[in-house]
Amino acid sequence: MRYFQSLILYVSHGFDEDLNLSSMFVEDREIRERFAALHAPLTAQAAVVEANRCLNCFDAPCMVACPTHIDVPGFIRRIANDNLRGSARKILESNVLAGSCSRVCPVEVLCEGSCVMHRYDRPPIQIAQLQRHAMDFFHRSGEPLLLQPAAEIGLRVACVGSGPASLACAAELRRQGARVTVLERRALPGGLNTYGVADYKLSTAESLLEVELIRGMGVEFRLNTAVESSAQLAALEAEFDYIFLGVGLGAMQRLNIPGEEAHAIQRMHQTSGVLNALELIAAYKTGHITRLGGKIIVVGAGNTAVDAAVAAKRLGAESVTILYRRAETDVTAFDFEFAHARHEGIEFLWRRLPVGIRTSEDDRILLDTLAVRQGESGLETVPGSELTLHCDTVIPAIGQSSLMEMLREFSGVVMQQGRVTIDPDTGETSNRKFYAGGDCTNGGREVVDAVADGKRAALGILKAHCATKEAAHA
Amino acid sequence: MPEPMRVEPDLRVTNFAGGISSPNPFWLASAPPTNCGEQIMRAFDAGWGGAVWKTIGAPVTNVTSRYSSIDWMGQRMMGFNNIELISDRPIDVNLREITEVKKRYPAHAVIASLMVESTREAWHEIVARSEDAGADGLELNFGCPHGMSERGMGSAVGQVPEYAEMITAWVKEKARTPVLVKLTPNISDIRAVARAAKRGGADGLSAINTINSITGIDLDTLIPRPNVDGKSSHGGYCGPAVKPIALNMVQQVMADADSALPLSGIGGIATWADAAEFILLGCGTVQVCTAAMHYGYRIVEDMCDGLANWMRAKGFRTIDDFRGLSLNRVTEWKHLNLNYKIVAHIDEQKCIGCDLCHIACWDGAHQCIHLDRVSGPMDGHVELHATPASRESESRESITVTPVTRREREAAFGKHAGGHGPYPTPLARIPRVDETECVGCNLCSCVCPVENCITMVEVSTGLPPETWEERTRGTACVAEPQIT
Repeated sequence: MRYFQSLILYVSHGFDEDLNLSSMFVEDREIRERFAALHAPLTAQAAVVEANRCLNCFDAPCMVACPTHIDVPGFIRRIANDNLRGSARKILESNVLAGSCSRVCPVEVLCEGSCVMHRYDRPPIQIAQLQRHAMDFFHRSGEPLLLQPAAEIGLRVACVGSGPASLACAAELRRQGARVTVLERRALPGGLNTYGVADYKLSTAESLLEVELIRGMGVEFRLNTAVESSAQLAALEAEFDYIFLGVGLGAMQRLNIPGEEAHAIQRMHQTSGVLNALELIAAYKTGHITRLGGKIIVVGAGNTAVDAAVAAKRLGAESVTILYRRAETDVTAFDFEFAHARHEGIEFLWRRLPVGIRTSEDDRILLDTLAVRQGESGLETVPGSELTLHCDTVIPAIGQSSLMEMLREFSGVVMQQGRVTIDPDTGETSNRKFYAGGDCTNGGREVVDAVADGKRAALGILKAHCATKEAAHA
Repeated sequence: MPEPMRVEPDLRVTNFAGGISSPNPFWLASAPPTNCGEQIMRAFDAGWGGAVWKTIGAPVTNVTSRYSSIDWMGQRMMGFNNIELISDRPIDVNLREITEVKKRYPAHAVIASLMVESTREAWHEIVARSEDAGADGLELNFGCPHGMSERGMGSAVGQVPEYAEMITAWVKEKARTPVLVKLTPNISDIRAVARAAKRGGADGLSAINTINSITGIDLDTLIPRPNVDGKSSHGGYCGPAVKPIALNMVQQVMADADSALPLSGIGGIATWADAAEFILLGCGTVQVCTAAMHYGYRIVEDMCDGLANWMRAKGFRTIDDFRGLSLNRVTEWKHLNLNYKIVAHIDEQKCIGCDLCHIACWDGAHQCIHLDRVSGPMDGHVELHATPASRESESRESITVTPVTRREREAAFGKHAGGHGPYPTPLARIPRVDETECVGCNLCSCVCPVENCITMVEVSTGLPPETWEERTRGTACVAEPQIT
């Protein structure tokens, strides 16, 4: 497999200075065709017309609504005035992953949802599309993020995990003169941006391009490097002044029903059985799965469930059904995601719970389900409502578990309900050498939340570093 | 508001400047849209009431690349500039076509715009030939600001009152039809030439011609537009951008007894409403060029229709019924009432929370529109309030997270989002006017994007009207400088 070869080449070289990350990853052509971008980019003229619709609100609600507080009117004005470089740099000041955010942000509940145009009976400004326009220009220009390296400030920080939180933290620290090392257990950096976002929103190559820009700032990446044992941790603590935890969440939660384990898909070319949503997304994004046939059942109705269901459909499934234990009105996916699922022809089975997985006589999968109703003390199954669904693949998408096991090794880092407890203003954990942000602290939100967390933690670390230095001088 | 009339208003113009009539007051100005008979006949078919022929004179050679424009906020041709000269067609071809047009369209106004070398004989000859061809009137082009002026014609005449008077008098010696003098705005007081034309015996005026301009510079090549093989030249500016300048000059001419003559208004007219404004300041007809170049002759349909509908609603039966009605509403500043006071009023139901009025008032006016409805309204001195910069930096430092659950989304976007107030916009974002500090400047109502959201409301000062002239009567107008 072409991709696999390139990956091996890539891994064997590690992060050689001469090798460009995005050129190491070769996209699978079939996947690219099946997962063509959901929205066409704006043309240059359309971007200017759209930019000119912006009212330039004072203390703009869109800026306030953005977790990274991008100066939206500021960057839009620069697009209107033919200053695309200025626009992109304005955006990057606040959000170093602005390219991916422009593609994956649920803007309907963020900037565009807060646009005053809603109260003006006009469609909101297409902020995401304009941001993408500016960022695409910047990426095409090949300009580095840092024109001049900052003066070294004698601060060494390790960022564990290479998802959006760690990348944002690393970029901000590097920009201000710290030495930063990012540790990633997988072969490719980028976390969910690389492995977990539907490809029609953000492709793996686009994610890697952003990582490459951050690497270009002088951030060191150590790939295939899991931090699991206390010995590894001790080594890290010795090498670095501060450690930022941007480790995200753990594996997807299991359905915990009989037969789940026995039918788990083990090898990548096998597609009949049980394969969780994130495994499916990572597999097709990296070209390991390019086709999926038969009937697919996705369990859960969150945003990841929609991503997996739509992916299954685009990979060629005959039918895809989302099975959810609650009603349509309780769907946790964003409204636009749910609408998208319907648009792609996904079917829904409401108020049903999977209770067992068996093999059928024709060697396919039988999913046993029970109806669910609202009882006095919560949801309860309805006796005698058994329904067995004949299918080929079952895709659990009922949320990710926390990384409790791993995080337990980090001494003095307090956790509550599976989340790392932090000071929200600084990202500092209960161990003053450790900072954290992103999904491992918020239980799973958006890329833009992780970026905001990572940047805040970087500023928190810098502040602590300055305080330490001042104390030493005093 | 008067009762709308039950009869259709009459748009006809009769005996303008002592003898020109047309089905409506909308004429095409002397320019590319009136270059030849074929065009003018199509324009009449489209509904134009008259046409001033592209200036006739000794044929010229034009350059290629002749126009450039100012685009604004995505809108094309907000302002338009040309370096084209007068007609490049032989005089006899133009005159033969005038005859043809008049034969086919006897009720429409065909005016010959003329420009020849500054000799009595030359003017006598062109006047006689034009009238023999059948022109209903003559317009003397004393305004063209480029090219022709270098040859002692156009604005070279229009900028020197004595020349303008002399040539007008020569024309009047010969002319049997009404003579209009077209005024250039490229002069410190347009009335100087208007008076000269009147002294020379002109029957009417046309104003304004185009304004000297350089529209812009190509920032790649560093060559100004329009680019003629690496060089440019100043041109004549027109289009919507010049309308306010034209209206002012029209008012100046019509309010001056020594200047006032029947006036054909020109300058940025693109709609019936623009035309109504020129007529309200005294114009008997209006001339249009840029809008017709932009959209074609068809725009006249809405101009006629729109003007008639407005006249009907206002109870005006004829053009003369409202001509000049706004003229006496323009006065010198010293006659304005100093005791008239208005203050801004924000309609909370209409406000969309853009807060442009707040920043405009703070940075560009008198710091009296505040965002303090939630924190507690405070009238008075500016220091009592948070500055715009501190407000923005507070927002930048706030922690915001994506509302991922239904409950969070309801809190962010639901009915009670924002937490305060009975209005569609969160109370914290609806600005408040401190009327004790408001100077009534109108800036906020100019920047507000929502129609009728900010209105200016009169408040009584309890004082009788008093003008600056009245207040300073008997005293020196300007305080003596204090030397210390």
